[in-house]
Amino acid sequence: MARTDEVETVENKEAKDALAQPPVIGPGYDFVSITDKIASIVQRGTPVGWYLGFAIPFILTMMLLFAIGYLFAVGIGAWGVDIPVAWGFAIANFVWWIGIGHAGTLISAILLLLHQKWRTSINRFAEAMTLFAVACAGLFPLLHMGRPWFFYWLLPYPNTMELWPQFRSPLVWDVFAVLTYFTVSLVFWYIGLIPDLATLRDRAKSKWAWRAYGFLSLGWRGSADHWHHYETAYLILAGLATPLVISVHTVVSFDFSVAIVPGWHSTIFPPYFVAGAIYSGFAMVLTLAIPIRKAFGLQDFITMRHLDNSAKILLATGLMVTYSYLSEAFFSWYSGNIFEAYVELNRIRGPYWKMYWILVICDVIAPQVFWFKRARNNIWTLFIISILVNVGMWTERYVIVVTSLHRDYMPSAWGMYSGSVWDYATIIGSIGLFLALMFLFVRLLPTISIAEMRTLVPGSKGSEAK
Amino acid sequence: MIGKRKAKLFGLSAEYADPQHLLEAARMICDAGYTKVSAYTPYPVEGLADIIVTKKRRVAAIFLIGGLIGGLGGFFMQYYAAGITYPINVAGRPLFSWPSFIPITFELTVLGAALFGAFGMLAINGLPQPYHPLFNVPRFSLATQSRFFILVEVKDPKFEYDATRRLLERSQPRVISDVYDW
Repeated sequence: MARTDEVETVENKEAKDALAQPPVIGPGYDFVSITDKIASIVQRGTPVGWYLGFAIPFILTMMLLFAIGYLFAVGIGAWGVDIPVAWGFAIANFVWWIGIGHAGTLISAILLLLHQKWRTSINRFAEAMTLFAVACAGLFPLLHMGRPWFFYWLLPYPNTMELWPQFRSPLVWDVFAVLTYFTVSLVFWYIGLIPDLATLRDRAKSKWAWRAYGFLSLGWRGSADHWHHYETAYLILAGLATPLVISVHTVVSFDFSVAIVPGWHSTIFPPYFVAGAIYSGFAMVLTLAIPIRKAFGLQDFITMRHLDNSAKILLATGLMVTYSYLSEAFFSWYSGNIFEAYVELNRIRGPYWKMYWILVICDVIAPQVFWFKRARNNIWTLFIISILVNVGMWTERYVIVVTSLHRDYMPSAWGMYSGSVWDYATIIGSIGLFLALMFLFVRLLPTISIAEMRTLVPGSKGSEAK
Repeated sequence: MIGKRKAKLFGLSAEYADPQHLLEAARMICDAGYTKVSAYTPYPVEGLADIIVTKKRRVAAIFLIGGLIGGLGGFFMQYYAAGITYPINVAGRPLFSWPSFIPITFELTVLGAALFGAFGMLAINGLPQPYHPLFNVPRFSLATQSRFFILVEVKDPKFEYDATRRLLERSQPRVISDVYDW
């Protein structure tokens, strides 16, 4: 709470300047200018740059559809998966995408509960990022089924075969976890959007925009009764989303750790996965926030303080992930289990050693520059490191999936794996789909929560002295 | 704008430029004994609900009910499937293997609570509500942007056009408008 007073009064501002961190909002904003600034991004004409930016992800999305069409036509053999590595790219991609989603919920729910006011300007697009990332993640298990048109067999429903899903299996837990996560994230996001949709309705210039936003805003008027119930509900939703986000990646890690495959069967997996998820998610937040604030001139709302804080979170979660790597290595030796020890050595110097060392460079070494304030305040450093972390986290999932499976126990059952061109088309295409959805989002909905930003304006608290 | 039916007065609305004036006005009007008063703000103003919200509903209770339905329903669904209707004997292990039912029970608790709570909140607020007489006031579109409004309804037993208008004028509003319903 102590941070809110940074923006309050002009008189003691100078005195505080020496001690205070940079404020969470640029100076000189009032209710009108905040509303104008954020809403006009949606309401002015589409800039040419948007079409140019949208074109590339759109083409990649078409490539994804083509790759999926080909997969459906010829079957799962189009991918590189085989025995012993039956999981391959698809599961690595799934874990990577769902991990990216986690930062959105962390920002919108956990930081809300912790009264971190700086989250306000980044929570909306981080939540959108969550939804789109989870949507991309959900594609991969479905495609990986081989017969994706039977996906509904995963759900408990009355059927003529009188069969039920195996509720003792982590793979079924995963279905429930991911579907719940997507649904709750969607509800949370939509509830947060309602007051802003009403703002867009009331500012709409065309009949169609007025109708569309009017329909979506449900007739929101911002009455004191509404806000009272709304705030309670929003807070409880945040309270629910907090354990949910931790449970989701925990359940994802159970997909691995419940199996007896060496390199997977470990109790450190749940916290290791959750830390890794937040790590990669914050990297993606930075990757997206830096171009968005530049393109739409939002430097006064997404300030250097936001980027600085995100970099600190990257550093902290990066150290947690590093600890997990070290712990894995230590226990593979300390366990005295030759299979565990072999998997670790095989990761470091086996046929996939390049992947392992890319992981170490990107995830362990690269974020260490964030110990220095100069690196945290340099846009290009932030952007490049955030992309390196994204690459490193994908590599990490690849290493976990592939190196454990390709040589587990019996040398006679060992094999090698590599992704086919269709694997690459699918992962690159899914990045295209994700970015295309982000482009549509920044064009059609307010990227920053306008209603919440108004609470950061000086004098927004009624109780303050005039 | 007025259609074939005759417009009738719904209330009086006053517009304020900042939350301080709004809070003072709300306090003044409520102290004067008005009960059918509502306030409209572009963001939640601290302390306003204590002055003006007369029917505070237990939103949290709806979350609890939804969570209980989701959690208990989820747990017994799994027990029914794995223990009663589709039992599989795996080396004599117990059919009622409740620890393995916990993850799904948790997920469905959260799902039930979130869906009940979110939709319950909308229902308590009477949303969706596409029409409200206030939408007839052109300046009311500022209520979701930058201005603060108070509405005193005709239904209020103390409502008396001239006296109420004078009272609102004392609270230094920017604009006072008649709100019509038809």
